[in-house]
Amino acid sequence: MGHTILKRILLVIPVLIGVSILAFSILHLIPGDPARVILGERATHDAVIMLQEKLGLNRPLYIQYFSFMKNVLSGDLGTSIITNESVTTELFTAFAATLELTVLSMIIAVVVGILAGTIAAVKQFSVFDNVSMVGALAGVSMPIFWLGLLMIWLFAYKWGIFPASGRLAVSFDIPRVTNVMLIDTLLAGNFAAFKDAIMHLIMPAFALATIPMAIIARMTRSSMLEVMRQDYIRTARAKGLSEKVVIFKHAIKNAFLPIVTVIGLQIGLLLGGAVMTETVFSYPGLGRKLYLSIMARDYPMVQGGILIVAFFFVFVNLIVDISYMFIDPRISLD
Amino acid sequence: MKKRFYVLLLILVMIVSFGLTGCSSPATEKTEAPSDDAAKTTETTDTAPAPAKEKVLIFARSGDSVSLDPSNATDGESFYVARNVLDTLVDYAEDSTAIIPALATSWETKNEEGTIWEFHLRKGVKFHDGTDFNADAVVFNFDRWMNEDNEYRFDGENFEYWGYMFGGYPGIVKSVTAVDENTVDVELNTPNAPFISNLAMPSFAISSPTAIKKYKGDIFKNPVGTGPFKFVEWLKDDKIVLEKNENYWGEGPKLDKLIFRSIPDNSARLLELQAGTIDMMTGVSPDDAQIIKDDPNLQLYLRPSMNVGYLAMNMMKKPFDDVRVRQALNYAVDKDSIIKAFYGGLAEPAKNPIPPSLWGYNDDITAYEYNPEKAKALLAEAGYPDGFKTTLWAMPVARPYMPQPKEIATALQQQFAAIGVDAEIVTMDWATYLAKGENGEHDTYLLGWTGDNGDPDNFMYVLLDKDNANVGSAGNVAFYKSEAVHKLLIEAQQESDQAKRAELYKQAQVIIHNDAPWVPLVHSTPPIAAKKSVKNYVPHPTGGESIFWKVDIDNN
Repeated sequence: MGHTILKRILLVIPVLIGVSILAFSILHLIPGDPARVILGERATHDAVIMLQEKLGLNRPLYIQYFSFMKNVLSGDLGTSIITNESVTTELFTAFAATLELTVLSMIIAVVVGILAGTIAAVKQFSVFDNVSMVGALAGVSMPIFWLGLLMIWLFAYKWGIFPASGRLAVSFDIPRVTNVMLIDTLLAGNFAAFKDAIMHLIMPAFALATIPMAIIARMTRSSMLEVMRQDYIRTARAKGLSEKVVIFKHAIKNAFLPIVTVIGLQIGLLLGGAVMTETVFSYPGLGRKLYLSIMARDYPMVQGGILIVAFFFVFVNLIVDISYMFIDPRISLD
Repeated sequence: MKKRFYVLLLILVMIVSFGLTGCSSPATEKTEAPSDDAAKTTETTDTAPAPAKEKVLIFARSGDSVSLDPSNATDGESFYVARNVLDTLVDYAEDSTAIIPALATSWETKNEEGTIWEFHLRKGVKFHDGTDFNADAVVFNFDRWMNEDNEYRFDGENFEYWGYMFGGYPGIVKSVTAVDENTVDVELNTPNAPFISNLAMPSFAISSPTAIKKYKGDIFKNPVGTGPFKFVEWLKDDKIVLEKNENYWGEGPKLDKLIFRSIPDNSARLLELQAGTIDMMTGVSPDDAQIIKDDPNLQLYLRPSMNVGYLAMNMMKKPFDDVRVRQALNYAVDKDSIIKAFYGGLAEPAKNPIPPSLWGYNDDITAYEYNPEKAKALLAEAGYPDGFKTTLWAMPVARPYMPQPKEIATALQQQFAAIGVDAEIVTMDWATYLAKGENGEHDTYLLGWTGDNGDPDNFMYVLLDKDNANVGSAGNVAFYKSEAVHKLLIEAQQESDQAKRAELYKQAQVIIHNDAPWVPLVHSTPPIAAKKSVKNYVPHPTGGESIFWKVDIDNN
């Protein structure tokens, strides 16, 4: 088992190298010279040449790639060409914010999704089943930017329950230690700020959670229905076990495998959803940063961002694969 | 195994439900109309006056600043904040691009050729860090901008605007010397009339030499100037906080705090303004302008235009070498309908290459009216009775002077079709579009320009002089090479008397109007929305208010 896990971990290295090449080439294949994009209608010939030299864009591509990789291996993702800040610093600050948002979203999605899916499966064709499945369909279909604006309009503007944007009210002054606002506010011992941070998180976290929540609910339902038809469930019922024990002891565990797969995939996709969510709710995280960097052709920032996201994705997949072995010992990763 | 799972699940449910129920009080106080005086009357019995409430103005925009060292910034969001922290030697008047004293109280040319400018500095001014503002500080700043070997130029600092406005490093400036404590002489290689206008640009604001030495490459995160507001903190992509400078040399600011927030989504920003969590915002979509006008709690300001959006006709290509064809296209365009459809009415039709807010604008020129019949007659006269086929290039990105370029191109296409001109719309990515434009690969080409320094030279020389009509690096994408215009523009560059210069520019506009290298389309007037409680705000054409110290907020 340990041997298998080690092999699985080593497999991550070629994947990441592949991703780095891909990230680099995609970026350089996008038409449009970044120097011109940055300068816009002021792009005089001399200014463009000057900026290209400054950005090192006039060197051959493979040389640019190798110097990029050399720096990455020494833990340096370069300097943003827009802000002149260290990419590593900027991205990790933003990543902490995104992590806080996505973890909360995932918790909401998993808890609500699994509960709703299980109940819907157990009480198939009931009102709850129909309502939650229609709700799931709506959740999957509703674009975040629209849902987000709707939420802001309703909860922030109409009712004034939640703040519309940002992470913390401007009146609070909290030292950023981890840049995970819930931790920082607690570290500062400022409970009012902690509450305010939660209030700021709720709307974006729910908006971001809708799609994975819906998908997890549907997956749970179909997986549970599948399991409930198995012989061993009939046997369990025949033994006279209570319905609760049948469902929670025998069914859920066996239904869990496909659900874990979906959860793993959704965590990766959350980062994509975060781009939209963070933009609508002006939440200063990685998604918004990446989007703005692509628009501004900030090569180092985009490359670094893609690497971090890829690393995160690969890491989550690794966890999912390893957790399979615990859920179902028959699975080996060879 | 599974027991642990349930325990975990339970904990998660508890955490989430705590999050949901643990805080049901509204996070933001909705600003009510000031009507609850009853509540306040109870305090009148107190003998001690209550301390005045802190005046805070929260200003929201779509993006964050890139740098707070304006000499190293190129984006408007950076200048917007920096203007309040740092002062320039000369400044713009409240609502025009006329020049007024700032850190320099007066200035004059010392020699016949007009190459030596002497500046008399304001006395007794201190930077926010206590450093004295004097001639040495000015020399220190100039040397850092113009001298590539200066030891206080740090990695990634390029001083782009110095290069743009003064032709490289050191460019047109020969030397900057401190004559005494409060006098500085700047010697130029050649007379350059826009020089003074240029110095009013936020890029040439004076920073504390002590701070530059102290913060080195991090000066962009720690601006120290002499302005009405002091820098407090900057949280990337979130907020920038400034506070009142109690020792400001001018009239002290009315606000205690000025906070800039970045809220990327236009609609979300407007909802925040309506909810009262921000006080002012830029980046109002034309569609939303009406909503703001209809809201009793809000007011809408229009920024006087400092830009132009135009359709250039490539005079190197047939049939645009014929002035009658170019004039015909001018008669074919209905600018009013375009402004109504795509600008929400927030723009004015253009007849000249420079906007009306600039001095030297020639208002005596009669615009080509919308007259398709006249256009057809001109085409027939030029030998195209049945019109002709051409291409109409449209940029792929929204610009301040052209929020919906593709839609505008489609409208122009229809208007040209009405006079028999069959224009095919061509579009590509922004960078390629600009490169091909410089090469003159287009027939007709949409573009625009936003002014920097409020000087007509900054529009007309850049966009319409023959010096800038070289294939491969053209800023003049009509490839208009009029000797008469060139002569006037060069003469205006070397004349230091503004009234005489204005006259020269007015003459040049007449020639340009008759030669019709462009169809000048619009000058957009960007809207700014604010709560009714915001007072004394005057939008400035340059896009950055230099008089934020006047702005007040009535937060009762």
